[in-house]
Amino acid sequence: MDPFRVLIGRTVVLPMDDVDTDQIIPARFLKGTTRTGLGQGLFADRRYGADGTPRADFPRNRPDAAGATVLVTGRNFGCGSSREHAVWALMDQGFRAVIGPSFADIFRGNALKNGLLPIAIPAEAHARLAAAEDASVTVDLQAQEVALPDRTHVRFTVDPFARHCLLEGIDEMEFLLSQESAIAAYERTHEEPSGRGTSQGRT
Amino acid sequence: MTLARPRTLFQKVWDGHVVSPATADTPAVLFIDLHLIHEVTSPQAFAALRERGLSVRRPDRTVATMDHSTPTTPLAAGARAVILDPQAATQVRALEENCAAFGIPLYPLGHERQGIVHVISPELGLTRPGLTIVCGDSHTSTHGAFGALAFGIGTSEVGYVLATQCLLAWPPKTLAITVRGRLSRGVTAKDLVLAVIGRIGVGGATGHVIEYRGEAVRALSMEERMTVCNMSIEAGGRAGMVAPDETTIEYLAGRPFAPKGAEWDAAVARWQTLVTDEGASFDQEAVLDAADIEPMITWGTNPGASIPIRGTVPEPAGDASIARALAYMELVPGQQLLGRRVDVAFIGSCTNGRLSDLRAAASVFAGRHVADGVRALVVPGSQQVKKQAEAEGLDRVFREAGAEWREPGCSMCIAMNGDRLEPGRYAVSTSNRNFEGRQGPGGRTLLASPLTAAAAAVTGRVTDARELMR
Ligand code: SF4
Repeated sequence: MDPFRVLIGRTVVLPMDDVDTDQIIPARFLKGTTRTGLGQGLFADRRYGADGTPRADFPRNRPDAAGATVLVTGRNFGCGSSREHAVWALMDQGFRAVIGPSFADIFRGNALKNGLLPIAIPAEAHARLAAAEDASVTVDLQAQEVALPDRTHVRFTVDPFARHCLLEGIDEMEFLLSQESAIAAYERTHEEPSGRGTSQGRT
Repeated sequence: MTLARPRTLFQKVWDGHVVSPATADTPAVLFIDLHLIHEVTSPQAFAALRERGLSVRRPDRTVATMDHSTPTTPLAAGARAVILDPQAATQVRALEENCAAFGIPLYPLGHERQGIVHVISPELGLTRPGLTIVCGDSHTSTHGAFGALAFGIGTSEVGYVLATQCLLAWPPKTLAITVRGRLSRGVTAKDLVLAVIGRIGVGGATGHVIEYRGEAVRALSMEERMTVCNMSIEAGGRAGMVAPDETTIEYLAGRPFAPKGAEWDAAVARWQTLVTDEGASFDQEAVLDAADIEPMITWGTNPGASIPIRGTVPEPAGDASIARALAYMELVPGQQLLGRRVDVAFIGSCTNGRLSDLRAAASVFAGRHVADGVRALVVPGSQQVKKQAEAEGLDRVFREAGAEWREPGCSMCIAMNGDRLEPGRYAVSTSNRNFEGRQGPGGRTLLASPLTAAAAAVTGRVTDARELMR
């Protein structure tokens, strides 16, 4: 994974609360077996009309939004399904950060594991940012600070371990694999029977 | 002697699974007792394992089935299901190959134990009190009904658990939801949980593990508790739990994977300690009175947007998200939903696709007929549920009423398998999500109980099922 340190990017604003992962990527795009190419399903039912043509009223479809890497959205972004495809689709379309007042738990976790930074900022700063279309922001993960277009700086926090992984470009799997001896010790001493040995239950 | 600090049910299960505790810089390493997998969220995790040359650490703690993209088209006796969608067929084949390659037990299409992952694990006795259970599916919260700590994970985490049988997690907060008194006649577990979500909001439990408590919760059957815990995620909850009791023990006794003999006795003794201690505190609490809860139905595009069945659709009053939801649903503020024409009734899903749900629906269908122009789908949650329902003759009740009796699977809950709501149509659905397009692009979902869905099927309108109950 590439390290995430500083991101200078342009924003596109999706001014809605409770954007669920079914909206981010509808289920009919989940039938693949790889992580790639999911961008075509991103916000599919909002981006395109029933006939498949791009809808002019969808922010991302404006020409100036094409290169945006920062999505600014409302509270509780990513609620609903656990599909990591939502994160893969956003990243496939070039997004590297999502800024909102709050995030759903599973989405936040999925995003951090893939190098898409979920940034929760206070409502007041969020309102200023959401009012500025196609703005430029600078995200500094080391300092946990976003520089807004009006030159104010807003602090945010990311869980320290995820932040460390992002800054170093490493993933959680490495850390878990390094816990081998502790895991083996737990299995020897604490583990409950799996119940899989019974004759009726044999799989 | 110092007394042990009082702990919540959640805390006890968490503490028992900590491989290494959280520090200031690192989350806790949590051991996972049971990992459930299905075809949609696992292929990329297996690919990650292959990229690193890793194996599955504990295939004996992993179980797979296929449910999301599989067909539910009724089959002639003895016939085999055919997956027509080439993408879905590839995905299902990938699961078969991965399970074979990594030694994971799989209940494939047509197997007598196949079904929706959250339906089969409890009915097989794999889901038990005190376990940690994960699945690449947000409705894993269902299993908390047994006093397990069960939560949905993303595909990266599916890979971590396959490789290490562990996850990294920061301790979540706790939320007690106490429901006092008893539910009224005609008011179901689905109504209870819709009322809870309506009360605390779709983000109301974010970052929290819920424990459902109180007389009304204790009075619920295991299947009803599963319905409640299932929808914890719709309030943003990381998990939902109910402390195990006699109801739990009775349900588990004799299940295929339940412990036997001395192991059973030891397990029951352990389970009985899984209660929140007197004096333990929660980070947040909410209290509801069961007597205030009416049959509920959703009008909007998230599960928090519900009203009592006789209530009126709210006015936007300047709230853009309400206005947007009303526009999508083509509903008029201030009006009742009662009496509104519907096109589809969907009875099934991991929320309401169990035997008791089918019995409730059948009690309404019996001696009646699906209204003209309405399509009614009844989709059992698993092969076991299907078999039991047929043994009771419920399938005949549904068919005689003109409803479709289908093969088990997720079906129109997620519309990945071709069971789809057409654009602009209204469905009264016993599933868990009314998000825009969830049941098919442009489709409009009204979430409700099996009683309410069956009542809509036979009247062709949103109906208070209590009027049909004798
Ligand atoms: S029935 Fe619906 S909610 Fe449940 S697992 Fe299947 S798709 Fe998910």
